[in-house]
Amino acid sequence: MSKVVYHDSAHKHVAGTATYIDDMPEPAGTLHAYLGLSDVPNGKITQLDVSDASATPGVIGVLTAADIPHVNDISPTGKGDDPVFADNVQFRGQSIFAVVATSRDIARRAAQKAKVQYDEQPFVLDVGAATELVTEPLTLKRGDAQTALTTARNHLSGQMRIGGQDHFYLEGHIAFAIPGEDETVTVHSSTQHPSEVQHMVAHVLGVASNAVTVQVRRMGGGFGGKETQSNLFAAVAALAAKRFNRPVKIRPDRDDDMIATGKRHDFLVDYDVGFDDDGRIEAVDATYAARCGNSADLSGPVTDRALFHADNCYHYPNVALRSRPLKTNTVSNTAFRGFGGPQGMLACERWIEEIAYKLGRDPLDIRKANFYGPGRDVTPYHQQVTDNIIERIVDELEESADYQERRRQVLEFNKGDGIERKGIALTPVKFGISFTATWYNQAGALVHIYRDGSIHLNHGGTEMGQGLNIKVAQILADEFGLGPEHIRITSTATDKVPNTSATAASSGSDLNGMAASNAALKLKTRLIDFACETYDVAREEVSFEAAHVHFGDRSMPFAAFVDAAYMARVQLSATGFYKTPDIHWDREAGKGRPFFYFAYGASVSEVTIDTLTGEYTVDRVDILHDVGKSLNPAIDLGQVEGGFVQGMGWLTTEELVWHADGRLLTHAPSTYKIPLASDVPRIFNVRLAEWSENEERTIRRSKAVGEPPLMLAMSVVEALSMAVASAADYAECPRLETPVTPERVLLAVERLRTRG
Amino acid sequence: MSKVSMVVGGSESTADVVSMTVNGKAVAKAVEGRTLLVDFLREDLNLTGTHVGCDTSQCGACVVHVNGKSVKSCTMLAAQADGAEVRTIEGMADGADLHPIQKAFNTHHGLQCGFCTPGMIMTAADMIARHGGNLDEATVRAELEGNICRCTGYHNIVKSILAANAEMHGASAAAE
Repeated sequence: MSKVVYHDSAHKHVAGTATYIDDMPEPAGTLHAYLGLSDVPNGKITQLDVSDASATPGVIGVLTAADIPHVNDISPTGKGDDPVFADNVQFRGQSIFAVVATSRDIARRAAQKAKVQYDEQPFVLDVGAATELVTEPLTLKRGDAQTALTTARNHLSGQMRIGGQDHFYLEGHIAFAIPGEDETVTVHSSTQHPSEVQHMVAHVLGVASNAVTVQVRRMGGGFGGKETQSNLFAAVAALAAKRFNRPVKIRPDRDDDMIATGKRHDFLVDYDVGFDDDGRIEAVDATYAARCGNSADLSGPVTDRALFHADNCYHYPNVALRSRPLKTNTVSNTAFRGFGGPQGMLACERWIEEIAYKLGRDPLDIRKANFYGPGRDVTPYHQQVTDNIIERIVDELEESADYQERRRQVLEFNKGDGIERKGIALTPVKFGISFTATWYNQAGALVHIYRDGSIHLNHGGTEMGQGLNIKVAQILADEFGLGPEHIRITSTATDKVPNTSATAASSGSDLNGMAASNAALKLKTRLIDFACETYDVAREEVSFEAAHVHFGDRSMPFAAFVDAAYMARVQLSATGFYKTPDIHWDREAGKGRPFFYFAYGASVSEVTIDTLTGEYTVDRVDILHDVGKSLNPAIDLGQVEGGFVQGMGWLTTEELVWHADGRLLTHAPSTYKIPLASDVPRIFNVRLAEWSENEERTIRRSKAVGEPPLMLAMSVVEALSMAVASAADYAECPRLETPVTPERVLLAVERLRTRG
Repeated sequence: MSKVSMVVGGSESTADVVSMTVNGKAVAKAVEGRTLLVDFLREDLNLTGTHVGCDTSQCGACVVHVNGKSVKSCTMLAAQADGAEVRTIEGMADGADLHPIQKAFNTHHGLQCGFCTPGMIMTAADMIARHGGNLDEATVRAELEGNICRCTGYHNIVKSILAANAEMHGASAAAE
């Protein structure tokens, strides 16, 4: 293992032959659907006149709430607050009907012809003004925060606004439904959660789950944006396909995709922190208000995870944390890489930074003083941290990035009246791995060996570019002593592996790798039994290596051995299953062991700002990240690099702006700026902590890699903050809000200079 | 271009016959005047390697070559390419032999989800052709501003392009 193996689809991607849903050949008679979206943020529809749309040549029909055979709801939590077609509109851009036509262009143009009247109601856009909750909040408590805050020698309190983020997967949402016999329908959906899409389609159509098959070969990116948000498109495509008994495809335009689907939650965090003269934290009391949008969606677990990461790597002797998942008349926010964790962690790093400014110290010193350690190892959710390696990670990075010397140079550079100022920061990451919905931590796999020795692999995870398929194929190939080229990776399909969990929470390879390994174990047991009986050898004499099966002093090519096993009537197909052991979570009590283990990492960022314009560059970034024993270093490094840059986008240039009337103004890459090749650090040194090995019995002792690297980008924010703070000789923490756009940098510099 | 009548959206209208050479093959088809080049390639010629990412000529997933220059095919009408030589990602390989840029993206892990990859490769090919052996990292990064990747952080994409440039123009070029 631990070999560099290319992404299984790389050769197809470079040749343009990897098939995404929109590239699939369309069967004769394929129709196209397009959504009609609301244009008020709150109001009951009093009249929906689609006669002009229906009369448009090429339009086959218009579907509204009245056309839904069963339940007009696709709420992933079962709260019934996510209609397919709303009649009581709750945000601007909500789906209210769909036009089905012979071409996408006709459907899209016709959708503009509907005349909608609303009984408009007052609306709330901002978390500051919101009061209604979309779901049950969470409280985490340990010790007595209130008392400790009053007795601590030092105290600070503040508020931090943390921006949201659009996923901007390059392939937008898409679904393609093909009607089958009786009640059946097959839906090709760009989704991270095929089983949920299956369930939702069945729910909307009023058919059993066994009538709905969902297939996913690959997505052009997901990042959490296709965990629940695919439900809408799949439901509409399936509804139309059954209604008109023809294949139906739906693909929103990029702008509509951004307007109509959820994003990362923006947060408003209020905090009180007590600490001693060495900067050691004695108490934290914080409230995490999140803009959840019009429905619960995943906001409950997202805001929970913010609280689970409110400690990052630090021990809080006394702590009280509360979430406030608030309802707003904006699109319902959803999963996004990190799932609330990044927001929780960023607020934490803010108060670490503030303590440093109050005490006139390097924030890194404050971090080290507060790291979990012996006798200080219990989290706010009462899980003991037993695998802590953050000190070693930080020490090694501090050394390899030459942090101390470079910080000295930055401080030197900033002396005097220079227009340009620099900043440098080192921030750590500790991220909990496992779904906090404990039942989600299960996975299945289906493996067939054919008589020619080739192997068919299917598992419950979905491929969105992260390299899950190649990792699982490597694991399986390794079990049989074969190269990954012997494994055929097939589309995720709900009729092959049922009741799967979302490919989310970084869990893909942990869960599905183990399930595939379990299937391989069953097959190998049968094959070894066969070898023992047929060739009269002991079990321990049988091994699978170099595409051969070795038994005693003999060996046979794998294919010939398998064919012999077939002739002896050995079953060559097996299912595999895995459930994460030892985890439990009591949400009412706020206690348990929600995470199987933690993944760690740290980064150093150095930036230069222009104090006259606020513009800045990220000059150098050094990263040391822990993936345990890597299953595929090339894939893992790609996740770390890509995760960092995506996190940097979230924290610097990606700004979501809503008009006062509820319209999202930043709904295309023209106004919503994700990082470009020229924005990323000029010097970018990324290393995996090669010595790390998961203490828990994960697949090959590896660790999850999907989400944790995103939070490495926090060091960019603090480096920018330092550069800004230099304008007032570091007397005050600039308290930058995110995203730290050049405008915010400039305003902060001006504010500090005016005060100074 | 010659006019023909065709049924568009259930009603009859006129359309233009567009002729061009795509990946070395002559093609001629009647299309509605407003047909975008990307739709012509994907829908009429079934060349689906060219992708649509943002619909508004910003993300670069739809880049193809028209008369040797990289163009965002979602912002050009098929009719504007009448008589042109068009090359798409499907026309880059020589039979089973991948183009050096395609090989470099594979070898250097210059992709994750792969959706942006065809556009990246077409932009890279134009870039390498224009700059010859004098392509440096800063130029690659600046010229990639019209191509968005959401997965990789661009690190390996830049590496792939520089490696391909070195391969195509000899070892003297700045590869790393």
